[in-house]
Amino acid sequence: MNIQILNLLAKNARYTVSDLAVMTGLDEAEVEANIKELEVAGLIRGYKAVIDWERLDNAYVSAVIELKVVPQDEYGFEKVAENIMKYNEVESVYLMSGTYDLCVIVKGKTFHEVAMFVAKELATKHEITSTATHFVLRRYKELDVELVNTEKDERGAYSL
Amino acid sequence: MIDYTKVLSRMVSQDIKPSGIRKYFDIAESMEGVISLGVGEPDFPTPWHIKSAGIQSLEQSKTKYTANAGLLALRGEISKFLSRKYGLEYQPKGEVLVTVGGSEGIDNAIRAIVSRGDEVIIPQPSFVCYEPLVRLAGGVPVIIDLKAENEFRLTAAELREKITDKTKMLIFPFPCNPTGAIMEREDLEAIAEVLRETNIVVLSDEIYSELTYGESTHVSIASIDGMWERTIVINGFSKTYSMTGWRLGYVCAPAPIIEQITKIHQFAIMSAPTTAQYAAIEALKNGDSDIERMKAEYDVRRRIMVNGFRKLGMDCFEPRGAFYTFPSIKVSGLSSDDFCEQLLYSQKVAVVPGNAFGASGEGFIRASYCYSTDHIKEAIDRIGKFLKEIK
Ligand SMILES: Cc1ncc(COP(=O)(O)O)c(C=O)c1O
Repeated sequence: MNIQILNLLAKNARYTVSDLAVMTGLDEAEVEANIKELEVAGLIRGYKAVIDWERLDNAYVSAVIELKVVPQDEYGFEKVAENIMKYNEVESVYLMSGTYDLCVIVKGKTFHEVAMFVAKELATKHEITSTATHFVLRRYKELDVELVNTEKDERGAYSL
Repeated sequence: MIDYTKVLSRMVSQDIKPSGIRKYFDIAESMEGVISLGVGEPDFPTPWHIKSAGIQSLEQSKTKYTANAGLLALRGEISKFLSRKYGLEYQPKGEVLVTVGGSEGIDNAIRAIVSRGDEVIIPQPSFVCYEPLVRLAGGVPVIIDLKAENEFRLTAAELREKITDKTKMLIFPFPCNPTGAIMEREDLEAIAEVLRETNIVVLSDEIYSELTYGESTHVSIASIDGMWERTIVINGFSKTYSMTGWRLGYVCAPAPIIEQITKIHQFAIMSAPTTAQYAAIEALKNGDSDIERMKAEYDVRRRIMVNGFRKLGMDCFEPRGAFYTFPSIKVSGLSSDDFCEQLLYSQKVAVVPGNAFGASGEGFIRASYCYSTDHIKEAIDRIGKFLKEIK
């Protein structure tokens, strides 16, 4: 497993094989083999753009939903989590430490749509004992990328 | 009316020229769409925990002068850092002085050692400040032209050839701005062999000591047998922690030397910026991972840039330190100045002519990789177009 390649692709998934070869000092065939290996092993699960949707009017809204769940014999939280993750509306599902059990990030076209999804699809499940919905109002940073006030290069010709 | 030609110091107004680095920057600033490989400062913001320590010191009203030599706690951390990184031992009290950047340290160290007529050996291409500062101290610069075929390292033979009874100091600029050259242990042993029996003081500018690439990390000449007693080490926070604007550096040397440098510092500066000193304590205590992170990024950029120049058919020796490449422009058939000027007007890329760092830099340009990989690739593409155009 080549961690350096992982780190580079985590930063920019669009680096080409030849870029990566130069950056790591490996040859292109080795880079290609490494990426293949990382994909097959399931370390690399996908390549996506980081998009600032707020720049599009009415793009979508999202909410963080805290769920309290009754753990089931044998399966614990797994079954519920795996069931929830199948919905297209669900972007992420995490098992949490602390005062609640599952954190679910849900997206939809409107606040209403998200609220209805929670009410109809999540709150009704008998393993789920409570839900708390927190809407995202503004995004400042997404997947390591700053979305607001990105710093400009203010270096002048002062250095020697 | 006042006649300024009579007022101004002859030395400053006539013998000291403004830095040649600026020449094309000024033109570049007046043009639209220029991309630069010119700057010599990191693009990363100062790591947040370091900024935060500075802010906290302000909130606690730490806004007074510090001890002339700098906060003792900071000198303590500097001492530990140098010991842990390079095996150098300096007493926080008496052997460490905190300065306004490495720049002040260089100036004061030269002034503390050099008297009128003393010769100071300066290997070039190297940082632009050494020669004017030696002149201001009344010294006589003696230049060694470093050679590309030696990877711009200083050899014992080159040094021996320039030593006279008047030689007072050797400026030792490694890792080197602009070439990216470093000196490895064997290289240092050979230099030490020449110096050990002399009274020559080495001014070792190690401002880029943490930015070295490849297997071997920085070795300080002060750590070589018999060299500690004759070496003044300059270092600082600008490059290592991306803290250029905080203006903080330091000088370490045996007590009799630091005592004299401190006198100059005391009268000229009083004490280095207090806020920056508090931030620097945090940097030294908890900044090792920041250095690793930034260095890894520089290394990637370095490879892209060297590869880019080589693909254009430009000879580019592999820099092992700092954050500059120093490619040869021989393929263009142009002088450094013509290359920089024509490249700027034709493809709007700003680079620094090699001869800004001494006559031996003629035929080279300095390109900094303190830029994002996309920026670097775009600049190299444009340089490629320029080379085709002038064929
Ligand atoms: C070789 C070298 N020494 C010293 C300095 C001075 O840096 P500072 O005064 O910011 O510490 C620089 C800055 O460009 C440099 O390149």
